[in-house]
Amino acid sequence: MSFLFEIQVEEVKLLDRYTAKKPAIGTLYLTATHLIFVETSCNTRKETWMLHHLIATVEKLPLTAMGCPLHISCKNFHVAHFVISSERDCQNVHQSLVRLSQPGKVEELYAFLYNPKQDEDERRNGWGFIDSAMDFKRMGLPNEFWEMTDLNKNYELCSTYHSELGIPKTASKGTVFGSAKFRSRGRIPTLSYYHKESNAAICRCSQPLSGLSARCVEDEEMLQAISRANPKSTFMYVVDTRPKLNAMANRAAGKGYENEDNYSNICFQFVGIENIHVMRNSLQKLLEVCAMKSPTMSDYLTGLENSGWLRHIKAVMDAGVFLAKAVAEDKASVLVHCSDGWDRTAQVCSLASILLDPFYRTIKGLMVLIEKEWISMGHKFTQRCGHVDGDPKEVSPVFTQFIECLWNLMEQYPCGFEYNEKYLLEIHNHVYSCQFGNFIGNCQREREEMRLYERTFSVWPFLWENRHQYRNPLHKCSLGREVLRPSTLPLNFKFWCGMYNHFDKGMQPKQSILDHLLTITQKKAEGEKKMTDLQIQLAVMDGVLADQGSPTGTPPEQTSLSPVSVSHTAENAKPLMNGAAVEEAEIELVPTAGSEKMEPVLFPWRSNMSEEGQSSSEITTEAVKLVA
Amino acid sequence: MEFAELIKTPRVDGVVLRRPFLPTVEGTLCLTGHHLILSSRQDNTEELWLLHANIDAIEKRFVGSLGTIIVKCKDLRVIQLDIPGMEECLNIASSIEVLSTLDSVSLMYPFFYRPMFQVIEDGWKSFLPEDAFKDLESMTEEWRLSDVNKDYSVCSSYPPLVAVPKDVDDDTLRKAAAFRHGGRFPVLSYYHKKNGMVMMRSGQPLTGTNGRRCKEDEKLINATLRAGKRGYIIDTRTVSVAQQAKARGGGFESEANYPQWRRIHKAIERSSILQESLIKLVEACNDQSHSMDRWLSKLEASNWQTHVKEILTTACLAAQCIDREGASVLVHGTEGTDSTLQVTSLAQIILDPACRTIQGFQALVEREWLQAGHPFQQRCSQSAYSNSKPRCEAPVFLLFLDCVWQILRQFPCSFQFSQHFLVLLFEHTYASQFGTFMGNSASERSKLNLSQKTVSLWSWVNRPQEVERLSNPLYEANCLVIWPSVAPQSLLLWEGVFLRWKRSSRCLDEAYDEMVHIIQYNNKELQNKVNNLRRQLAQLETEEEEED
Repeated sequence: MSFLFEIQVEEVKLLDRYTAKKPAIGTLYLTATHLIFVETSCNTRKETWMLHHLIATVEKLPLTAMGCPLHISCKNFHVAHFVISSERDCQNVHQSLVRLSQPGKVEELYAFLYNPKQDEDERRNGWGFIDSAMDFKRMGLPNEFWEMTDLNKNYELCSTYHSELGIPKTASKGTVFGSAKFRSRGRIPTLSYYHKESNAAICRCSQPLSGLSARCVEDEEMLQAISRANPKSTFMYVVDTRPKLNAMANRAAGKGYENEDNYSNICFQFVGIENIHVMRNSLQKLLEVCAMKSPTMSDYLTGLENSGWLRHIKAVMDAGVFLAKAVAEDKASVLVHCSDGWDRTAQVCSLASILLDPFYRTIKGLMVLIEKEWISMGHKFTQRCGHVDGDPKEVSPVFTQFIECLWNLMEQYPCGFEYNEKYLLEIHNHVYSCQFGNFIGNCQREREEMRLYERTFSVWPFLWENRHQYRNPLHKCSLGREVLRPSTLPLNFKFWCGMYNHFDKGMQPKQSILDHLLTITQKKAEGEKKMTDLQIQLAVMDGVLADQGSPTGTPPEQTSLSPVSVSHTAENAKPLMNGAAVEEAEIELVPTAGSEKMEPVLFPWRSNMSEEGQSSSEITTEAVKLVA
Repeated sequence: MEFAELIKTPRVDGVVLRRPFLPTVEGTLCLTGHHLILSSRQDNTEELWLLHANIDAIEKRFVGSLGTIIVKCKDLRVIQLDIPGMEECLNIASSIEVLSTLDSVSLMYPFFYRPMFQVIEDGWKSFLPEDAFKDLESMTEEWRLSDVNKDYSVCSSYPPLVAVPKDVDDDTLRKAAAFRHGGRFPVLSYYHKKNGMVMMRSGQPLTGTNGRRCKEDEKLINATLRAGKRGYIIDTRTVSVAQQAKARGGGFESEANYPQWRRIHKAIERSSILQESLIKLVEACNDQSHSMDRWLSKLEASNWQTHVKEILTTACLAAQCIDREGASVLVHGTEGTDSTLQVTSLAQIILDPACRTIQGFQALVEREWLQAGHPFQQRCSQSAYSNSKPRCEAPVFLLFLDCVWQILRQFPCSFQFSQHFLVLLFEHTYASQFGTFMGNSASERSKLNLSQKTVSLWSWVNRPQEVERLSNPLYEANCLVIWPSVAPQSLLLWEGVFLRWKRSSRCLDEAYDEMVHIIQYNNKELQNKVNNLRRQLAQLETEEEEED
């Protein structure tokens, strides 16, 4: 390794969070970007890497007999408990990590250092890979009802919106600017999704500055224009995603919600999603549940209930379902807002889009959706993710909740999505890691000011390149343009172990159906290729095809006729397993104590079970010792 | 008694059947001695055939002259029948009530059922103790098959043949039996080939308040220990429950009298509590309110998942003592017919790859549940909806199946069967055309002459088409011990049973079919094609060489 280590501490213990297994002993390194723990206690090399920016909290605990404990928890829910023998070393590491994990300036983020050996052209092309404007074209816009306007090209209309906005054709410039004055932070009603089949649209905005009695003719005209853009419907929904009480409280501050009497033909509805502070606290409580050491089932379920987390997930999902139903069944347009229209509104609009349109259930479609509803509409990633040292009250897991709703949908529709769980986890990871520039900044204007497109790389081409890992082998395109109508009964929502306990491998299923199927489909692709190759060779030998250069030869690896060569392919297929490479290696090097002879390695993904199995058995070892 | 006397109205036309997530069917309702049948008399629609024995409870409602009967089944399904005519509806309802609660064993359906399929292998002869013992004999000579219980006189709930240490004679067994609850003296449950350690099971020792001891019992279990080695006694009850048992003549093995054994107490609940838990869980699953808090708090209050965790943990402990600590284990609770069997059978699933095959799992159920005297008839006569006062009902076996499902979910490639097999067993323990789960012990089954008069479930299951249906497409034989995680996060509610009727299965079925398709297409066709091409190519090459 050619790193310049800033700090290196020997004889550091990494404790197992849940069991009393013997701690791993190793060396802790702090580089400019990562914390790396290299295990030396076993004869295999096992490394744990943690990106500084992913670290949410570092906590130094009082000195114990073992040494000085250092607890680190990351934004991707990776948690590590280290024990460092010398208190001074621990102090050192702690101080460095506090500084490194919370950069003061955006420019210190990893994305500005990260250089994946691409040239300028590739960087530029990378940023052009996903274009949210194209998505409106895909929806069939502009058309007779809607147009794309550049009224916001200098961010004068609304500083937190993208420069290009979809608005109803009949809305005049005066209406748009008038409406902007009546909406919090100028976030006017603008198009989010246009449903070709029904002409109904989902629009989004921020709360109106209605206060106790104020009204605004232009804003009323704006809503009417949206309503008229769907001529077949006699009314439109206005959905306030906040709990009614919160919205009422806002009225006193000169904000609030639409008065049905002032707007013609609107159907107003609250859907009751809590605010960012409630969500932050809820996640905190959920993580406390995850961190409990050997909890009883009752502790766990009670903790889960008390955290309120699944209740919030369900509330977001319910709202998304409401929107999709309004559009697909009532064929009515919907205007959605919360307070500023960049958190709950983003969640709900993007979920509804996924329910309505199978495009967003594809690998590329999800990129477009995130780009469109989150990045360009001004979800404040820098603040919500706490990328830089700032107001902790601005941090909130809004995006995480969206991803979790999506996962719940995938659980209900195992064939409905082109992508798999790993894709969601990877995106979530990158939102927080700041390795790429996409999720830095709070709005488009900030990103341009930071010159992110010149100084950092885009994550989308990177994910696209690895898309074979993110494929859902069960995906069926035949589902066509089906609108998803998920059940939102509480019993359909599960705790997402793969997210919150992702790094606690002992809790995950020891064999993964997904990996199994991915390997098979990969093998299928290879087999098919081999078949074509063989067919070509046969054709050449038969003299049907002209020999392409190589003298009567089959390549050496293809001369073998025994099935052994087939199993080689299976082994070669292994790098498929994303990120697990390090662990895989470890597993194969350490044979299980007393494990019976393994059969030929036809299915290499199975070989990891003996080791994984062992680790979880420690839970029960403990039980024996306790009695003694 | 004739069934006809109980059926006042055998046929009603114009009945509408409503089931969640399925289209309504209008047709003719017929009652027979054992079935409720609804047929639309159209070729392409499915008929409903419901065993009366599967009906747990019914509810009647009337709107004008239209009556509605809600039928709640033991497999947790709930269906609705709209019956025109008040009298007809009342007649049907009262007939169902009587027919579904008949107490007389001889009137049960398995005695009337004639198989419509060809029996290839008689399931009654598939898993004989003698055959199981032959396997054991091939591994060790330290055990023998004793027929001390041949007329069921030593222990009424044991089979005629049991495996015991070779050095222990039948007389000692008789004396030990007198010292164990229900005469259930320690017998062999499992032999761990890898290290020669064993798992035994029994009833609790009858030490009583004055600490009675029994030299023969001590001798019997000590005979299973290697020189200088200690064993573990896993008592499935908490210390305090075990203490209380003394007052009723029961108890546990004291350290003084069993110095070579270390006792571990766990907390698996007794059957009445488990039944209550099932009722609460099913009620929670049927709650139609949209409150997440309510659902989670009801799920928690049902304690079902707690039981799953506790049983699995205890089974892991037993397996660990054997495999990791290299020690022999004796498992018992009070009677040794419920929690004991959950633990011994699950430990075998963890340790022994053979139990994870379709045949092996049947053998396990036969050995550790049917032969071992789990009182199926008592435990499964009512399910979660019944309004009658519970007697001995308890979902002991269902909990075992749930635990197997949990392991299956964590090791989806290590079982030859899919969860369909587990669901099928759940259904047949509560209502079946087969005689397998009738009676409460080997002796009762032999008195009922089931093997002559009824068909075995295994005869049905072991036909190629059924084996195919129950097979797990992901299966790859795995000879290793599989250790499940028992962390609460790793244990899920068994959707296949508890949420089965709560949502449309379309998407999940589709996913399953797709998975089967992917696996089958790849494994066979492609491989064959490639091999074929290779062969052709090789042939051509040799021909060319010859030409050269």
